[in-house]
Amino acid sequence: MTRADVCAVACAELFRGDGEILASPMGLLPSLGARLARLTFEPDLLISDGEALLLGADLSTVEGWLPYRKVFDVVAHGTRHVVMGANQLDRHGNQNISCIGDHARPTRQLLGFRGAPGNTVNHRTSYWVPRHSPRTFVPAVDVVSGVGYGRDGGRYHDVYRVVTDLAVLDFGADDHTMRLVSVHPGVDPDDIAAATGFPLDTSGAGTTRTPTEDEVRVLDTLDPKGLRQREVPS
Amino acid sequence: MRDKRMTVDEVAAELSDGMTIGIGGWGSRRKPMALVRAILRSPLRNLTVVSYGGPDVGLLCAAGKVRRVVYGFVSLDSIPYDPWFKKVREAGQVEVTELDEGMLHCGLRAAGHRLPFLPIRAGLGSDVLRVNPELRTVRSPYDGEELVAMPALQLDAALVHLNRADRHGNAQYLGPDPYFDDLFCLAARRRFVSCERIVDGAGLTAAGPVQSLLLNRMMVDGVVESPGGARFTSCVPDYGRDEGLQRRYVEAAADDEAWQVFLDEWITT
Repeated sequence: MTRADVCAVACAELFRGDGEILASPMGLLPSLGARLARLTFEPDLLISDGEALLLGADLSTVEGWLPYRKVFDVVAHGTRHVVMGANQLDRHGNQNISCIGDHARPTRQLLGFRGAPGNTVNHRTSYWVPRHSPRTFVPAVDVVSGVGYGRDGGRYHDVYRVVTDLAVLDFGADDHTMRLVSVHPGVDPDDIAAATGFPLDTSGAGTTRTPTEDEVRVLDTLDPKGLRQREVPS
Repeated sequence: MRDKRMTVDEVAAELSDGMTIGIGGWGSRRKPMALVRAILRSPLRNLTVVSYGGPDVGLLCAAGKVRRVVYGFVSLDSIPYDPWFKKVREAGQVEVTELDEGMLHCGLRAAGHRLPFLPIRAGLGSDVLRVNPELRTVRSPYDGEELVAMPALQLDAALVHLNRADRHGNAQYLGPDPYFDDLFCLAARRRFVSCERIVDGAGLTAAGPVQSLLLNRMMVDGVVESPGGARFTSCVPDYGRDEGLQRRYVEAAADDEAWQVFLDEWITT
């Protein structure tokens, strides 16, 4: 068992209970997680090839067509759970993928708003952060791309969890500020607090579950070259 | 039926300074790069470019053709950030209207339907509304829900690249995704499509199912046959992205001399 495998399983767990909806993972570990969930405990999930095709039962056949314009329909319809990345994330779950600094003249241009504003006000959203650091977990984001709590995200707003290389976090507290849900095996909770640029409630934290042998076997099949081990070194 | 065949330079000559130009494709996929190169060779300037942005945006910004970019993202897909867009943004050399990508879709649909706006939930609670203070919200007359009133993105011209077309402007995509090329055409006053190959009407239905005929001739004013006209972006199934050339584009952007070599070899030919 490696740290990357723990992260992949934590990403898979994001989709537990989601049923027959579109899983939209951004990035390698969320993609592995979504596929692992689909192949094990969440068989009804819809998974795309990252472009316009929906993948069939064994993930090698095609079961449907979902070009970008239809993805926008799914976003508005709400039958989707997206796992996005984040250049910055604050304790309320506001996310920035637009730019660093003043938007009028950024010090670093990033991707742009992309679909983050629409995703976060329409359906469940989670985040994957491969390097848990104070650079990402900031007191306040420079630009709000993904909408966090306390900003009037409307009736469908649902920021669920954050998975990082160190831990799993959520917004389940009464005031919806980020709290520690579980620490990956071998990680010191004090290191997580030190790597987070705002106060973090660590009181109720458990330990992230380890992958089963079967899950490791599925991950090895999905990622035979072990690219996940490079993204999250043990 | 009219024969609408043109050259890329004739298309560029139809455009004028200050126009709002919509560019089809998505990221580094099926971009009308031959038409973009024709603009680079032209004296055009002060353009507003509306795009699901890729190297089309980067190249036009590099050449100083652009006053404003209207976009949800600018990305090269396999390389996350476009080097030129990054450069002009960080130097404060371009104005921007940065939107959620669904809002861009919504604005194109509003323009195509000749509506002043369409309501959308995207943007609420985010900084889209802060950095674009001209955007307004609207309250539902039925249940009072507040929504963003996405204004129509009316285009002076649309440039798109498809796999096949006939000389009259019926055009076909053969890859898995139409992107938003039909919406760009519906939103624009003048519509130009380049294609890998011009075939006759029977050739279109032989190449793919009727559902792949994305554009009909009343949506198109000019047709250009331009084999490889989307390179280095992808135009599947005719060709995939030329990752080597895209990497050269990115590397050349880091150095003035290398950029001149890249331009001379690729853009101006």
